Amino acid sequence: MILAHYNYWVVVLLMMIGLYTIMAHSNLVKKLLGLMMFQTSVFLMFISLGKIEGGTAPILTGDAVAYSNPLPHVLILTAIVVGVATTAVGLALVVRIHEAYRTIEEFEAIERDKRENQPA
Amino acid sequence: MNTQLPVLVVLIPLLIAPLIVLVRNPTAAWALFGAAAVSSFALAVQCLLLVQEQGLLQAFLGGWEPPFGIEYRIDLANAIVLCLVSGIALLVTPMAKASIEREISEPRIYLFYACLTLCLTGLLGMAATGDAFNVFVFLEISSLSGYALIAMGNSRRALLASFRYLVMGTVGGTFFLTGVGLLYALTGTLNMADLAGSLTMGFDSRVLIAAAAFIVVGLSIKIALFPVHAWLPAAYAEAPSAVTAFMAATATKVAAYVLLRFAATVIGPVVVFATLPIGTALVWLACIAMVAGSIAAIYQTDFKRLLAWSSLAQIGYIVLGIGLGTDAGASAALTHMVNHGVIKCGLFVIAGVLVWRHGQATVANFAGMPQQSPWLFAAFVIGALGLIGVPGTGGFISKWVLLQALIAESAWVAVAAVLVSSLLAVIYCWRVVEIAWFGDSDASQPPAAASRTPVGATLSLAMLSGLVVYLGVHSSWLVELTAQAGADLFGVGR
Amino acid sequence: MNVVIVALAIPLLTALAVAFAGRSPALRNAVTLIGGGLLAVVVFGAWPTVIGGDRPTWEAWAILPGIELLFVLEPLGLLYASVAAGLWPITSVYAAGYLEGAGEKHRTRFFVCFALAIFAAMGIALAGNLVTLFLFYEVLTLSTWPLVTHKGTAEARRGGRIYLGILITTSVGLLLPAIVWAGLLAGTTEFRAGGILTGKASPAVLAVLYALFLFGLGKAALMPFHRWLPAAMVAPTPVSALLHAVAVVKAGVFAVLKVSVMIFGLDNLDQTDASEIMQWVAGFTILMASIIALQQDNLKARLAYSTISQLSYIVLGATMATSLAAQGAGLHIVMHALGKITLFFCAGAIYVAHHKTLVSELDGLGRKMPWTFAAFGLASLSIIGIPPLGGTWSKWWLTLGALEAEQYWIVATLAISSLLNIAYLLPIVARGFLRPSAEPPHAGAPQDHGHHDGEAAATMVAPLMLTAVGCLAAFVLAEPAIRLLQGAIP
Repeated sequence: MILAHYNYWVVVLLMMIGLYTIMAHSNLVKKLLGLMMFQTSVFLMFISLGKIEGGTAPILTGDAVAYSNPLPHVLILTAIVVGVATTAVGLALVVRIHEAYRTIEEFEAIERDKRENQPA
Repeated sequence: MNTQLPVLVVLIPLLIAPLIVLVRNPTAAWALFGAAAVSSFALAVQCLLLVQEQGLLQAFLGGWEPPFGIEYRIDLANAIVLCLVSGIALLVTPMAKASIEREISEPRIYLFYACLTLCLTGLLGMAATGDAFNVFVFLEISSLSGYALIAMGNSRRALLASFRYLVMGTVGGTFFLTGVGLLYALTGTLNMADLAGSLTMGFDSRVLIAAAAFIVVGLSIKIALFPVHAWLPAAYAEAPSAVTAFMAATATKVAAYVLLRFAATVIGPVVVFATLPIGTALVWLACIAMVAGSIAAIYQTDFKRLLAWSSLAQIGYIVLGIGLGTDAGASAALTHMVNHGVIKCGLFVIAGVLVWRHGQATVANFAGMPQQSPWLFAAFVIGALGLIGVPGTGGFISKWVLLQALIAESAWVAVAAVLVSSLLAVIYCWRVVEIAWFGDSDASQPPAAASRTPVGATLSLAMLSGLVVYLGVHSSWLVELTAQAGADLFGVGR
Repeated sequence: MNVVIVALAIPLLTALAVAFAGRSPALRNAVTLIGGGLLAVVVFGAWPTVIGGDRPTWEAWAILPGIELLFVLEPLGLLYASVAAGLWPITSVYAAGYLEGAGEKHRTRFFVCFALAIFAAMGIALAGNLVTLFLFYEVLTLSTWPLVTHKGTAEARRGGRIYLGILITTSVGLLLPAIVWAGLLAGTTEFRAGGILTGKASPAVLAVLYALFLFGLGKAALMPFHRWLPAAMVAPTPVSALLHAVAVVKAGVFAVLKVSVMIFGLDNLDQTDASEIMQWVAGFTILMASIIALQQDNLKARLAYSTISQLSYIVLGATMATSLAAQGAGLHIVMHALGKITLFFCAGAIYVAHHKTLVSELDGLGRKMPWTFAAFGLASLSIIGIPPLGGTWSKWWLTLGALEAEQYWIVATLAISSLLNIAYLLPIVARGFLRPSAEPPHAGAPQDHGHHDGEAAATMVAPLMLTAVGCLAAFVLAEPAIRLLQGAIP
C-alpha cells in the first residue's frame, strides 16, 4: 500500500529537502538550488499522476488497451519553462547582489547594509 | 454569452509588451504602456457593463469548449477586479513618466515598461481566466516581471528585497501548483467552473483537504497574509515608486480575488468553511495582520515602509471578508479591494513625488513641507483619512460594509480587531500629519526650490484623491455591485 | 431655493472665499462676517416655516445602498443650528479683535477652519440619518484639530493629540459599530419621530447600544471620555468660546438628544429602562466635573470642567426619557451656549488686556474691566440658573421632568450642582470687584504692546456684552424656543 505510492514518497522527500535548503542556507545560490528542487518535486508529482500502469503513449496504434494521460506532461512543460525563467531571474539577481555587496551570503549582505547604511 | 472580449483585455497588453522592447524609445515605451492600460481599462469596463446586462461572459480559446479547452470566464467579481487593475494602471501612467526618468537610468527604461506591461498582463490574466492551471501561468508571469521591477529600485537593498520576494513568491506559486495538481488528480479537469461542479458533490477526501491547504497557503504568500508577509515591506519600500504604486494597489488584491474564487466556488464553501477550519484560520490571521501591521507601521521612519506595513494591515480587512465565508463578507472584501487599491495607490504616488524631489521620503523630513506644497499634503490627508476609514472617504464605505458583514455573523472579536486597527491607523497617519504641519522644520532640509510636483503626478493624484472622496460619498453603485458579485460567488439569490 | 442647501452652502463658500481672500485681512474679516450674517438670517428665517410644521428636506444622493446623504430641517436641529449660526458672526468679530490683540499667526488658516467647523455643525444639525450625522461629526473633529494645535507649540500639539485621540477613538471605536448595529437591527438609519428601534431588540441589547452611542458621541464629554475638552483649552480663546463651549460640545449633546428621541424613542427608553445606567453616568459627571472645576486655578480649565458638568445636564435630560426633561435638555443647549460663550469671551478679554490666565491673579481686575466682569457675573448667574436669566428655564424644565419621572435623586443632583456652580463661578466675580489689586499699576509694563490698561479692544467687549444681554433676553424670549421644542418632542 505504502510502496505502491512510492512516487508520492519521492515527491514529498524532494519537496522537504528543497524547502529545508531554502530556509536553512544563507547562501543565495544554494537557496536557488533548493527552490529548483522544490519545484522539480511538484513536476514529478504531476507527471506521475498521468501514468497509468500498462498504459502507453497516447498514439492510436490499434493494439494499445490503455493510454497514459498526456495532459499533465503538457502542463509541466509550461511549468518547467516557468521554473527555468525563475531560476534565470534568480541567478541574475544573485549576480547583481554580488556586484553590489561583494558577497552572496544573505546575512553578510544585511550586515553590510546595516554597517554602511548607505541611502542610495 | 460567448465573446472574445475577455481575451482581448489580456491579449492587448501581452502583445504590447514585446512591441515596447522593439521600440526602445523611453517616451514611446511610456506611451505604449499607457495605451495598453487605456485599452485594457476600456475593455474591462465594457466587460463589466456586459456582465451587468447579460450575466456571464465566456470566451473559449481556440474554439475548444470547456472542459477541454481553456476558458476565459467573466462574472461580476472578476469584472470588478479587471476594472480595478486596469484602472490603477491607467491612473499610475501619468505619474510614472517623470518618476521613472528620475529613478531608472535611461537605457533601461524601455525594459522597465516592458516588464510593467507584462506584470499588468499577468494580473489581468489571473483575474480573467477560468482555468486553474492558467491562473498559475499568469501568476508566474506577473510575479517574474514583478521581481525584475522591484530589483530596478535604485538602492542595492532592492536586489535583496527582490530576491527574497522571488524565493517566497516561487514557493507560494509552487504550492498553488501542487494544489491544482491534486485537484486535477481528483477530478480530471482544470476548468474552474467544472471543478466547482465536480467538487460540490459532498466530496470528502484527504486529497481534497491537501489540495485546499496547498492552495490557501500558496495564495496567502502571494497575498502577504500574516505570518507569510515578510517579503512585502522591503519589496514595496525598495521598488521604484511607480511600481509600488501599481503593485500595492493590484498584485495582492488579485491574489486575494483568486483566493476568494477558489474558496467560494472552486473548492467550495462546504470544504473550506465547514469541513476544514480554513475560514476561521483566515479570520484569526487577518485579525492579527490588521493589528500587528498597524502597530509596525507606527514605528516606521521611512514613508514608503510605513505605507507598506499599513498595506499589510489593510490586506487583513480583505482576507477577513473572505474568511467569513458569507456573501456579505465577499462583498466587503471586493469593496475594500477597490477602495484600498485607490487609496494606497494615491499615497504611494505621493511617496513617489517626494522621492522624485528629495531622493527619499523620510517622515522626519516632512516638517514644513505642507507650506511649500499644500496640495500634495492635502492629497496625503485625504489618503490618510481613507486609511483610517473616516466618513467621506472610500475607506469608510469598506469599513461599513465589513462591519455589517461581521456583526451579522456576530464575529465580535473581529469587530474589535477592525476598530483597534482603525485607531492604530489614526496614530500612524496622524503622526505624519503632525510632523508635517507642526513639526520643527530641519535646517539641513533640501532647499525649497525642489518643491515642484511633476505635472503627470499632479494629474494622477488629482484623479486618485478625487476618486477616494467620490467613492466615500457616492458609492451605493459599487456596494450594490459587490453585493451582487458576492451573492453570485456564493450562489445566493438576491 | 431649498433652505437646507443654502444653510450648508453658505459656510462652505465662506471657507473657500476666506481661503482666497487670505492676503487682505480686511477683506477676509469682511467675508467671514458677511457669511456669518447671511447664515444667521437664513437659519432664523426658517423658524416660522418649521414651527408651522414644515420640514424642508434635501435628499442629495445615495452614499450606500438604502442610505442617502439626507438632510432634514426639524425643530431640534433648527435649535442647534440657530445657536451655532447666531453666535458665529459675533465670535468672528471677537476673533478678529482677539487674534490682533494676542498677536496670533496663520490667521487665514484659522478663519478657514472656523468656517469649515460651522459647515460641519450645520451638517450635524440638518442630518437626516445617522450616517450623514457621522460624516459631519468627523468633519467637525478634523476641521477643529488645526484650531486646537493652532499655536504649534509642544503643549498645543500634545493638546491636539489628546483631542483627536479621544474624539476619533470614541467615534470610530464606539459610535461607528453602534450605528452599523442600529442600522442592522432597525433596517434603516433615518431619524424618525418616535424612534426606529422600538421592539427591534431586547432591553439588554438596547442598553448596550445606548451606552455605545452615548460614550461614542465623545463630544458630549461624558466621563471617562471628557479629557479632550480641558486639553482643547490650549486653543485660542475664540475657538474655546464658539467651538468648545458651543458648536463642538453641543454637537455631541445635540446628537445624544436626537439619538434618544428619534432613534431609540423616549417611550421605548422609558419602557425598557435602557438609559438607566447612562443616567447614573451623567449624574456622576455633573457632580464630579463641578468638584474638579472648584480646584482649577486656570480660568479656562475651570470653565472647561464647568462645561463638562453642564453638558451632562443635557445628557441627563435625554436619558430621563420624559418629554419635559428632553425639552429642558433642548432648552439647555441654547441657554448654556449663551452663558458659556460669554464666560469664555471674558476669559479671552482678560488674557488679551492683562495677560492673566489664573483665577488667583484676578484680584481687583474688575475695577479695571468693569464691563467684562459685569458680563461675567451675568453669565455666571445664568449658568447657575437664577432669574431673570435664561438659564432658569432649562433648569426649571429639567427639574419638572425629574419630578414627573419621580427620580428624586436627580432633583437632588441638580440642586447640589447649582450650589457647586455658585461656588466655582461667583468667587471669580467677587475677586475682581471686591479684592484689592494684587500688583501695583504698570508692574507688567514691558509686555505691553499697544494695549491700554483697562478694558480690551471694543471688538472684544462689544461681543461679550451682546451675549451677556442675550442671557437676559433669553429669559423673556424663551417662548418660541419652547414652542419649537414642544413640536419636536411631543
